[in-house]
Amino acid sequence: MIKNKIKMNEQSPKERTTNFKEVALGYTKQQAIEEAKRCLQCDSPKCVSACPVEIDIPKFIQQLTNNQFKAAYNTIEQDNILPSICGRVCPQEKQCEGACVLNAKFDSVSIGALEHFIGDFALKENYSPSHKITPVHHKIAIVGSGPAGLSNATTLTKLGYDVTIYEALHRFGGVLNYGIPEFRLPNDIINQEINKVKALNVKFEKNVVIGKSITIDQLFTDHDYKAVFIGSGAGLPRRLNIKGENYGGVLYANEFLTRVNLMDAANFPTTKTPIKTGDDVAVVGGGNVAMDAARTAKRLGAKNIFIIYRRDETSLPARVEEIKHAKEEGIEFRLTLNPVAFNGENYRVSTVVCQKMRLGEKDASGRRRPLPTDTYKTFKIDTCIIAIGQRPNPILSRANDQLKTDEYGRVVVNNHETSIPNVFAGGDIVSGAATVIHAMGAGKKAAYAMDQKIKSS
Amino acid sequence: MYKIVSKTTLNNTTDKMEIYAPFVAKNAKPGHFIILRVDKAGERIPLTITEHTDETVTIIYQKLGYTTSQLGQKIVGDTVEDFVGPLGQEVEIKEASTLLAVAGGVGAAPLYPQLQAYHAQGTKVDLVIGAKQQRYLILLDDYKSICNKVYVCTDDGSQGTKGFVTDFLKQHLKNHTYDHSIAIGPLIMMKHVVSLHKTFNLSTDVSLNPIMIDGTGMCGNCRVSIGDKTYFACIDGPDFPGEKINFDELISRQSFYTEEEHMCQLEELVSNDKK
Ligand SMILES: Cc1cc2nc3c(=O)[nH]c(=O)nc-3n(C[C@H](O)[C@H](O)[C@H](O)COP(=O)(O)OP(=O)(O)OC[C@H]3O[C@@H](n4cnc5c(N)ncnc54)[C@H](O)[C@@H]3O)c2cc1C
Ligand SMILES: Cc1cc2nc3c(=O)[nH]c(=O)nc-3n(C[C@H](O)[C@H](O)[C@H](O)COP(=O)(O)OP(=O)(O)OC[C@H]3O[C@@H](n4cnc5c(N)ncnc54)[C@H](O)[C@@H]3O)c2cc1C
Ligand code: SF4
Ligand code: SF4
Ligand code: FES
Repeated sequence: MIKNKIKMNEQSPKERTTNFKEVALGYTKQQAIEEAKRCLQCDSPKCVSACPVEIDIPKFIQQLTNNQFKAAYNTIEQDNILPSICGRVCPQEKQCEGACVLNAKFDSVSIGALEHFIGDFALKENYSPSHKITPVHHKIAIVGSGPAGLSNATTLTKLGYDVTIYEALHRFGGVLNYGIPEFRLPNDIINQEINKVKALNVKFEKNVVIGKSITIDQLFTDHDYKAVFIGSGAGLPRRLNIKGENYGGVLYANEFLTRVNLMDAANFPTTKTPIKTGDDVAVVGGGNVAMDAARTAKRLGAKNIFIIYRRDETSLPARVEEIKHAKEEGIEFRLTLNPVAFNGENYRVSTVVCQKMRLGEKDASGRRRPLPTDTYKTFKIDTCIIAIGQRPNPILSRANDQLKTDEYGRVVVNNHETSIPNVFAGGDIVSGAATVIHAMGAGKKAAYAMDQKIKSS
Repeated sequence: MYKIVSKTTLNNTTDKMEIYAPFVAKNAKPGHFIILRVDKAGERIPLTITEHTDETVTIIYQKLGYTTSQLGQKIVGDTVEDFVGPLGQEVEIKEASTLLAVAGGVGAAPLYPQLQAYHAQGTKVDLVIGAKQQRYLILLDDYKSICNKVYVCTDDGSQGTKGFVTDFLKQHLKNHTYDHSIAIGPLIMMKHVVSLHKTFNLSTDVSLNPIMIDGTGMCGNCRVSIGDKTYFACIDGPDFPGEKINFDELISRQSFYTEEEHMCQLEELVSNDKK
């Protein structure tokens, strides 16, 4: 057996920082089969229970080693309709790969990379999901076209329902579309995966804000829906709450990434939404969003980009691969620092003042708690991008006071159903900002709960 | 795609356009706005809903820069790529027996549905409407039919009183009192009107126009400091009490992309030249 995982080809750091093309180039067929052969085909596979949607991992890997690519795709698609996406963006080291028995001595099987390979192969060969649909003629409305909504839609369609997804923006995919950059997840892949969902006869309506364009009540009374699923995500930036945060040049990662991903600002002035970074860019935060913002700034031509994070390197919540990629691309990490103020003239930012932190005892998250010290550092900046988390999108709960939320604004559910009968919810709007695959898992489970509720009433 | 069902020219920089958009029209209320994108390469820009039927929405826009000019080139029967709404909070129509309304430039458009609502509840409304020159005044006849008095100011004196609305108001407020006021226009005008009204103890609501992208609270581009709090104009506004707004900060934020906006317009001039 090969002890170490087969490395995926990548664009070199020098080359890739000048373009927005995908960094990871994917396995070749040979590489995929080689890697697949490393799997031990465990009898009680630990990897499966560590995947939030419990894909039958050994089965698809076995099929892959036997050259049965279509069968491998159908195995995955039973539980995950977006393999090309999850194979790319799942934090595998914390999920499936983290639990792989091979970790004890060697590298884990590269489950994500294999899923990425099969997903792309299925797109290329135009494989379709396998299922027989017996229509049940009930209409379902879904709010939001992110991973939660897409997975809910697919599951309900397979159960025979007539499903429509309403999306507030002009493109589908939620964070996949407006948040995660092209160099990690190309738009083309998202579109193709969404086309597969469309091919199942799921209807997609863009530019409709539920709660505004159509209220939840109107979905039932005027449009005859039997049930509603809310997958409206965590699209509300968390604030630092410090002086100067509203100065020009200080922006939230959502704005920065939306300008580039949704509005294609990198091609300004051919496209009409502008963006600018200047030379010195600070990014506050240590998660995937911060890495994405920093690496995007690099590609837009910023010269000195540094991450400001209040804990140490081992506590960075981003995927290991993103941190590695960011470092290779020259992103600097200025750790155990916490921003306390922005300064500038005429409401334009010019410096960020940070307080040096020291690490104390472990907190509830299992990481050492950052504690303030008396030392401060000031950095000159042109732009600061704040990426310290997202809170649930408030549009729906504000438009409907019967929709119960908790103190963090998350929609409260009981067996996936909200405080409004026949209105279900899942994904980031329920859990707070989490992961693509958790949102998909929630969408799928909610679909079964919806089916049960409708059938029993 | 959203079809343009009628279009009128109000003056050489301002058009009125009615667009078929039933999902937007159904729940539209005074104070609501839409966001549109003219074509696939276009920017998303916000515009106030000035009127609506069951299926159509009317907007009034001033051809200031690239997107509004591009929109101005569209004719009846053409379509726009995206059109979403109604966004924002419905404006609170306050109890007032007398109201002073102040409109500057194209601010006369977003003000209209609000004054209609005040008029409908029986409030006596006096309007001060200002523009650079006579030819930039819009909706005068519409306003005359719902207002008690309409006072006109132009910067060059081509119609009504010569000077800024604030020059007029300084005199006017010496011998007129009102329960409440609304001012809608350029930020700099709203800033000065609010601070003048403060000296007369007159409360002023304003409608803010920061740069927006999504209009759903997602990006944070539209934020504004009011007192020691931050608000997102797209979901908390766009109408706010004017007294504690940090207008200077907002003006700075609004002009953050001035150079780039200029670039877009130059591009358009060049490409029009080629045609
Ligand atoms: C920059 C960034 C990078 C990330 N990287 C990773 C990663 O590498 N791996 C990973 O697993 N996770 C990652 N995440 C997290 C992951 O993307 C989210 O957890 C996931 O997308 C949540 O899915 P969702 O369907 O619940 O919501 P979203 O993806 O947020 O989708 C919600 C959708 O609902 C729409 N909507 C909201 N309100 C309404 C309404 N009233 N009417 C109609 N539509 C509405 C929104 O416009 C949006 O399109 C990242 C997140 C960000 C922001
Ligand atoms: C809630 C709201 C309601 C509005 N209602 C109206 C209305 O009824 N009629 C009207 O004529 N105008 C209205 N505006 C202003 C209108 O959105 C801008 O004039 C328009 O965006 C200009 O775009 P442009 O490309 O033509 O000009 P540009 O040359 O791009 O910009 C000209 C001016 O518009 C501002 N601007 C540019 N892009 C945006 C954007 N995406 N969002 C907001 N402002 C921007 C700039 O800061 C600049 O001051 C409203 C704005 C808001 C926020
Ligand atoms: S969906 Fe994600 S967690 Fe599950 S097997 Fe695939 S990569 Fe691993
Ligand atoms: S735990 Fe690892 S070796 Fe075992 S089945 Fe899963 S991937 Fe294969
Ligand atoms: S426009 Fe994006 S949050 Fe208001």
